[in-house]
Amino acid sequence: MADVSLHGVAKSFGATEILRDINLSVEDGEFVVFVGPSGCGKSTLLRIIAGLETVSGGEIRIGSRRVNELPPADRKIAMVFQSYALYPHMNVYKNMAFGLKFAKTNKAEVDRRVRQAAEILKLTPLLDRKPRELSGGQRQRVAIGRAIVRNPSVFLFDEPLSNLDAALRVNTRLEIAKLHRDLGATMIYVTHDQVEAMTLASKIVVMNHGRIEQVGAPLELYRHPRNLFVAGFIGSPRMNFIKGQVLRLEGSNATIGFAGTEAIVNVRSGSLAAGDPVTVGIRPEHMEEGGAEATSLRGTIDAVEQLGESSYVYMRLASGDDVIVRAPGETDATPGGSYTAHVPPRALHVFDAAGVSVLAGRGEESDG
Amino acid sequence: MGTTVRPGRIAVHIALVLYTILALGPILLILINAFKTRRAIFADPLGLPNGQTWTTIGFDRVFANSDFGLYFFNSLTVTVVSLVLIVLIGAMAAWALTEYKFPGNTLIGLYLAIGIMVPIRLGSVSILRMMVELNLVNTLTALILVYVAQGLPLAILILGEFIQQIPKDLRDAARCDGVSEYRIFASIILPLISPAIATVAVFTMVPVWNDLWFPLILAPGDGKQTITLGVQQFIGQYVTDWNAVLASLTLAIAPVLVLYLLFSRYLVRGLTAGAVK
Repeated sequence: MADVSLHGVAKSFGATEILRDINLSVEDGEFVVFVGPSGCGKSTLLRIIAGLETVSGGEIRIGSRRVNELPPADRKIAMVFQSYALYPHMNVYKNMAFGLKFAKTNKAEVDRRVRQAAEILKLTPLLDRKPRELSGGQRQRVAIGRAIVRNPSVFLFDEPLSNLDAALRVNTRLEIAKLHRDLGATMIYVTHDQVEAMTLASKIVVMNHGRIEQVGAPLELYRHPRNLFVAGFIGSPRMNFIKGQVLRLEGSNATIGFAGTEAIVNVRSGSLAAGDPVTVGIRPEHMEEGGAEATSLRGTIDAVEQLGESSYVYMRLASGDDVIVRAPGETDATPGGSYTAHVPPRALHVFDAAGVSVLAGRGEESDG
Repeated sequence: MGTTVRPGRIAVHIALVLYTILALGPILLILINAFKTRRAIFADPLGLPNGQTWTTIGFDRVFANSDFGLYFFNSLTVTVVSLVLIVLIGAMAAWALTEYKFPGNTLIGLYLAIGIMVPIRLGSVSILRMMVELNLVNTLTALILVYVAQGLPLAILILGEFIQQIPKDLRDAARCDGVSEYRIFASIILPLISPAIATVAVFTMVPVWNDLWFPLILAPGDGKQTITLGVQQFIGQYVTDWNAVLASLTLAIAPVLVLYLLFSRYLVRGLTAGAVK
């Protein structure tokens, strides 16, 4: 009923292009997260879906209706703002009931819905409070409650957790995930935090410079990033990138030389030629301490961070590249010492000069 | 904190106390002399009324010899109607100018800013001519129109600043809630700028109530005088009835005080606390 689809959506402010040719379809009941660095256009895209911004081109459909010309109120959406945007002069009850009052809903029905939402969000004891008497997490819940009472087909969240402290963020994240399970509504969620994206989404949309870089399930993006940007954005700490070169090419087996070592990877036929410059990507958590195997990286330790369950070793290779290795548990490594990390060839990502992944069977998936 | 008093704070307080004395002195002088005999007013202007000098003859004469009630009613009508119009039109204009982008937006803003810089009295002659043509001389409407024009520019400037500080998300949230633009203005913007409205009201009210200039040239006729003009009849070229003048001034201060106390409650209130974050 409430799938959302965008066809060739574009937006510019004067001569500045904010979004260009956005094509995306969101299935009914899906939890889609728009993620990207600040200024990538993700919030603008959300506001366009909400109807708070107009488009310069393209079409937006919610359900089966074209909604380009509809005001926000008629789109069956509800939005939760980063700043919560609670009406400061109204108490919690009135905040939630305010929108319904003008939707010609009768009083008993308004009351029923508000109390039900308050029950779901554990806000019942707070109904008489003003927003300024609430904590950040409670305000956040009121903002979500205000969205729930509208009984929308699509929930839109604009960075709803960024004003909360770390512990509360994890809690609220879980609550939102639970809410999605319980309500089964379509949700579109904007964040710059890839952890939120990975944990909440059934589908992630990675955006950069007003374009969609890749669309896919969280683990799909983690395993098979289509380009350098997605590879660097998804995963924490960020993927290591090392400059390399194609040494030999035998069919689809390319021997890549990087940082004084080499590895054989299976690449898409025709995507590379011998001598081509490439970028090799390897996630910190995929390297292992020690190991004198064929493919390993050797360097000087710059810094060590011990987290208990794991340790981050920051080292500088002889080639000048900086690499982070996530070693499980504690480590004896100390700054100034030398360090060797084993690199399993199957964990390697290889990108061509244009930054596109060349691994066989990857990077070819179509947009969702 | 609290136990040590910095010299800077003392200086500030001395300045404030001096200013308060300066501001309240004349009012106090009017009050104490309004209840004294004419002889006592001149013999000892600073003395409090006592058994010998106490009199209410000024008040008696004001009520007996003039239409004080009428003047008072005229002043009140002009002030309250002007106030309501300035606040209402000002808030609506400020909302339109800050919220909506339309061609000529900046130009209108600039035009209104000029109204703050140029005193309206410079246009007295043209205003009088216009009122004569409109047949509005000797009406309270003429005064109200002039005062609304006089008060609007500053009101729009102050209210616009306040409206700009209201987080944009609040309006967007209301729009998502399906609230009409008029409703957003009435139910969200107006309550949130009430401290600013109180400020504007106080700033507007006092000059209007105290004005002598426009009542004198636009509505000097019988039955339309405001209180400031009505008092003038006790000030003669040869004899001034000081008892009556002071008594009517005392009576004139009262409503301004009441209105001020009413609005000042809102003046220092930060209503937006808790709106966002």
